[in-house]
Amino acid sequence: MSNSKLDNLKQDLVGKFQTDRYKFYATAVGDLVIEAPSADIPALLRYLKEYRSFDFLMDVCGVDYPARMAKGEKRFDVVYHLFSSKDFSRLRIKSQLSEGEAVGTAVNIWRGADWFEREAFDMLGLRFEGHPNLRKILTHHQFVGHPLRKDYEADAQQHCTETLPVHFDNTPEQSGQVLDDRYVPLNIGPSHPAMHGTLRVMAELDGETIVRANCEIGYLHRCFEKMAETHPYNQVIPYTDRLNYCSAPMNNVGYCKAVERLLGVEIPPRAQAMRVILCELSRIIDHVIAVGTGGVDLGALTAFFHLFTFREKVYTLFEKLCGARLTVSMTRIGGMAQDAPEGWFDDVLRFCDEMSDGIAEIQKLLLDNKIFIKRTKDVCPISAKDAIDWGYTGPLLRATGVNLDLRKAQPYYGYESLDFDVPVGTTGDIYDRYLVRIEEMRQSIRIIRQVCKNVPGGDYTIRDKGIVLPEKKDVYGNIEGLMNHFMLVIKGLRPPVGEVYDATEAANGELGFYLVSDGSANPYRLKVRPPCFAIYQSFPTVVKGAMLADAIATVASMNVIAGELDR
Amino acid sequence: MSAQDLTSAAATQSAEDMSRSFAFTTKLDAIVAWGRRNSLWPLPYGTACCGIELMSVMGPKYDLARFGAEVVRFSPRQADLLLVAGTITEKMAPILVRIYEQMLEPKFVISMGACASSGGFYRAYHVLQGCDKVIPVDVYVPGCPPTPEAVLDGVMALQKMITDQTPRPWKENWKNPYEQQQIR
Repeated sequence: MSNSKLDNLKQDLVGKFQTDRYKFYATAVGDLVIEAPSADIPALLRYLKEYRSFDFLMDVCGVDYPARMAKGEKRFDVVYHLFSSKDFSRLRIKSQLSEGEAVGTAVNIWRGADWFEREAFDMLGLRFEGHPNLRKILTHHQFVGHPLRKDYEADAQQHCTETLPVHFDNTPEQSGQVLDDRYVPLNIGPSHPAMHGTLRVMAELDGETIVRANCEIGYLHRCFEKMAETHPYNQVIPYTDRLNYCSAPMNNVGYCKAVERLLGVEIPPRAQAMRVILCELSRIIDHVIAVGTGGVDLGALTAFFHLFTFREKVYTLFEKLCGARLTVSMTRIGGMAQDAPEGWFDDVLRFCDEMSDGIAEIQKLLLDNKIFIKRTKDVCPISAKDAIDWGYTGPLLRATGVNLDLRKAQPYYGYESLDFDVPVGTTGDIYDRYLVRIEEMRQSIRIIRQVCKNVPGGDYTIRDKGIVLPEKKDVYGNIEGLMNHFMLVIKGLRPPVGEVYDATEAANGELGFYLVSDGSANPYRLKVRPPCFAIYQSFPTVVKGAMLADAIATVASMNVIAGELDR
Repeated sequence: MSAQDLTSAAATQSAEDMSRSFAFTTKLDAIVAWGRRNSLWPLPYGTACCGIELMSVMGPKYDLARFGAEVVRFSPRQADLLLVAGTITEKMAPILVRIYEQMLEPKFVISMGACASSGGFYRAYHVLQGCDKVIPVDVYVPGCPPTPEAVLDGVMALQKMITDQTPRPWKENWKNPYEQQQIR
């Protein structure tokens, strides 16, 4: 089926583009790829968007292959990941670039390409012709070099001595560095209660109305992708916990699912069920934080403290399962780290009952609250078309009325056989975002109940000796177990050479992992497609012309988690 | 015993009672330390995962209020305990120093978690290898993230330091690393 789609696409492109210089192929795991010369990229992307219904640009990233230079080939790859919400198909576009060579920007095709291209520039030094603000985005402004290049040492720190003054994005009319003295410049954050720790928003105000806004990120850039390149596959799992730390297990699952897909293994039904339960519990506690802190930012502290009791209950469940509260690292490539203790699934079911009552209380406390409604209803709405253009996914996209949930669109781990609904909003305003989140918590409870009542028996992990460590009793009990353990630790888990893009529906939207393997024990390149990165880049546009207080409400409703935003 | 004697005895006794309930003797620094110890106003500098765990510490189950530290202030000028909870990146370091400088004396710092204490497992190009590279830290709380119990233990350790008036040379000798124009 996949290949017929690719053939179809190829026939369509023949005649319109110089397809004799293109390469069309499906990877071993079935990802569709088109390799094209860099000069054709903008035109090709535009064609695919307008005539082939690839309406989402999910990710833009670069990969560094210094070894290619010796063969006289171009050093870098620029990689685009497209997604179609019509038939849920994905397409990867790749193009080779040499040092200093530029590729046309995709900002004019998808506005959401903006930050992704800036990131590729910052991390690898790729240049995008025509990008209006090709500046550093994650590293600090005194940083020299491009850290994701293979010749940059992972621990070569460069110190920052000062912060940048207030600045804005360049527009054709106005330079971003020049402030307009008719307006009041205002800096919020990064140490500000409404900025959730590490966000920085700069604004120019006319009275209380925002004339221009800008956000600076990177205050929590912890070099996840470089760390992934310098650690073996299983040691990357704890790092993934710390991407979206409000729902850590979901990142574990997303990463392990990508590696497993590259390995071509399927995990046992019991592991799948456990992962679904973990994911849905995480979705609930993530939405708890999103709704709770959203209330705090609008002045409603009570709801937050009340909601936190439910988070503590989930922490207790996690603690019972594996000993950790927040960053659980429960998954392993090939399954789970250990089986659930006896009675754990009954505990989860009991929590579901408590949580159902809790959700009703939250609804009363916040969503039926007159002040909350006035602060959020019809505030900074975004249309479905704009949301897709920016690369919105998850609850924020569904709040605009687009029914797109990867659990339904590309079901994994048995979601196709579960009975649940995908809530959608109508106007895309802030109130709808919270409504969708609250309803998603209800649906998650439905899912957990169904799974918990029928947990499949059997093993909690696969038993491939090249992938999973043997159990401790075998390591200490027999020579074969000891040897397998030794071999796997020394040699490492080595997926075949190849690449894969795999996405799961995380609490904030599509969490994608683009993994390139060169057959060694460490990932060659691991690019995360964080959902809130795409969402947050729309912030300056969305709040333009709104009141300052509405901007605070907007940041809160976007649920920007710095860990996955800055990685 | 005459009526007058009775009255004067009662007066003496009531004066003694009053002295018992209204006055006690202590040293001035001891009572100041007692006050400081039991009314720490924290500034939660939560940047990452530890910030979420710090919410638990403040939250209903663990309740930092039991230690007199529930008045969370986001303005450094109103706080005397800087709780660095989470990874401090190179980009963040100058801001952290600025926040610390803006706090009024006496001020204390708790470094919560592996990242704030040493950079943790992020031995990486953009991560400051411990916030003590730029500001003086009084108490380090290990863990990734530490459990709320561990953070409470850290607060109690700091309270003990305040009671004992432990000398803090790291604080006395601290200089702003950016003013000297030589970093670390």
